[in-house]
Amino acid sequence: MNTMQATGQSKSEMGSGNLTGLQTAPEQAAEDMIRGAMAAEPSMDGGSELADSERAEYINDGYPIGSLPALPVADEADAGDEAVSMALFLDKLSERLAFERMGTRLYDGLINKCETLDAGASNPSVAELQEIREEEHRHFLMLNEVITQLGGDPTVQSPCADVAAVSSIGLMQVIMDPRTSVSQSLQAILTAELTDNAGWMMLSNLADELGYSDISEQFTEALENEERHLENVQAWLMDRVMAKAA
Amino acid sequence: MSLDILKEKGVPLEKQKFTWRDMVQPPTSKLDDDAFTRVRIILMNGLESEAIRFSHACARMNRDLQEPLAQVRRIEQHQQTMVNWLLPADLSPIETTLAFEQVAIEVTAGVALREPDPYMAQVYRFGLLEDFDHLYRFSALYDRMSGGDANNILQSYSDIMPGRPTSVEHRDPSDDLRNHYDKDKAAPLTKLHAVTIMAAENQTHDYYMTIGPMFADPVARQLYAEIASIEEQHTTQYESIIDASETWIEKWMMHELMEAYNYMSCSAYETNPRIKKIWDRCLDYELGQLQVAMEMFKKVENRDPAEVLPTILPEPMPFVSQREFVRETLEREVDLRADGTEFVDKADEPERSLAYREQMNSEGSPSEMVAAGYKWMPGTELAMGAGAGKGE
Repeated sequence: MNTMQATGQSKSEMGSGNLTGLQTAPEQAAEDMIRGAMAAEPSMDGGSELADSERAEYINDGYPIGSLPALPVADEADAGDEAVSMALFLDKLSERLAFERMGTRLYDGLINKCETLDAGASNPSVAELQEIREEEHRHFLMLNEVITQLGGDPTVQSPCADVAAVSSIGLMQVIMDPRTSVSQSLQAILTAELTDNAGWMMLSNLADELGYSDISEQFTEALENEERHLENVQAWLMDRVMAKAA
Repeated sequence: MSLDILKEKGVPLEKQKFTWRDMVQPPTSKLDDDAFTRVRIILMNGLESEAIRFSHACARMNRDLQEPLAQVRRIEQHQQTMVNWLLPADLSPIETTLAFEQVAIEVTAGVALREPDPYMAQVYRFGLLEDFDHLYRFSALYDRMSGGDANNILQSYSDIMPGRPTSVEHRDPSDDLRNHYDKDKAAPLTKLHAVTIMAAENQTHDYYMTIGPMFADPVARQLYAEIASIEEQHTTQYESIIDASETWIEKWMMHELMEAYNYMSCSAYETNPRIKKIWDRCLDYELGQLQVAMEMFKKVENRDPAEVLPTILPEPMPFVSQREFVRETLEREVDLRADGTEFVDKADEPERSLAYREQMNSEGSPSEMVAAGYKWMPGTELAMGAGAGKGE
């Protein structure tokens, strides 16, 4: 009979705080776990390569996650390379639009948290967050115009927009959780800003490559904004972590 | 702690009230709360879910009971919400799955140990070894798909090792049916156990059917498809051990009694004072709901509830690690199979189940594939050689 059975005691009676990890368990229970697991024989030999080859079969099935609506091809363009490039451009524009829209909401959540927990703070101040929030919103509106100008539909959820939303599910979960701190929320925002920076850089290059120099200029300006956001978020986070370490 | 069921009136139905804020309380902590607090939340969510499921079935077959059932069911709905919403958002679907299997192992083992009817105890031990294997398969998936250590959910209370391999749990439906207890002779504890475990398994089935498609990984989708099928078999097994000749209102009373008994047990073992208050409140509510069912029993069936109900609730069901009992059962009974309602050695398994299994596994076995060569170790199998968690 192990310790927990013998005493009928549960771990939270023995101490408080984090109960994960092997060292929080009674020594006997931890030893039993390891010894038992090591002694038991798997019912099949091999390793993770078996599941990977099954996954490869599904990958080879080749079903996409989705597609774009019918392409808006300009009259003078032949429906060849230019159409493919336009599709790619619209897919990435849609991705950025969705991300900026989500980013605006992430900042709404962060502002609420800061106002509640730390309204007088300077790392960040609510006003600073509000300013970034407005810039994210302006980027979203600007992308609406650009997509419309190119003949696309800004209300479409493109495949890249969908995948970006899946990638960032956790960001919203962290920021909207009332139990997370400002620092933990800033860590999530940092992930968003890093992605945003890389995204705008790519869009700016893509616009140049496709010959949309005026659009590229707008994107370069957005990128400059995002670089400032990133620097600020990194500085606030560093400041908070260091203040705790001191 | 003992409760005189016929005298304890609990909270009258008209005083059982909720607000949305009251239903959505701060959740428990995945990291800091005891794994058994999570086990109790998942169990009680399953039992409330069964209360609602039964109540709807009963209402569809009994026009005259629809009004009182609707009144009670509204409260059960809000109790279930209050309980289930105690799970935190950082507990992912696969982590919740690991906790569901911990419920199936530790609660079923506790039931098997105390079950007075030897045949029923055998039924529980049979199911237990299958859920024990599911925990191992899901732990392998959690490790190899997302780099997670299942023991951070289990907190060393439950072993992670193969049980009766999931791949051989697939049986012909006629080999999932069991003998039932006799409503006139069975001990109250036998009846309480049967409804409890049936409810828990049914909820596990429903949960896997809901979250299976949420996984992107095709291997995870296959594993959930396979294990959900076993949970359906288990629900079939456990509902067949209940005497089908009990009247609708008799079953209603047993459901309310079962909920009261389990809330009482949760309260007796709860270590988080805030959650203990919720168990106590729900116990009082269930006793009030039992009164409604008892009144309908008197009114409609002209019978005294004392003919059916025990006067005193049995001692609380234990919420403790049953490692040694599970290991002993594994050692002795891993090779048991089912032949109709009886348990036999694997050499004597009926052809119908062998044929069914061969068909189901003919294009590969998800549960074997996902755990090929897998042995749990502290900090995941990627930590091999790192000496993780041993401390000095």
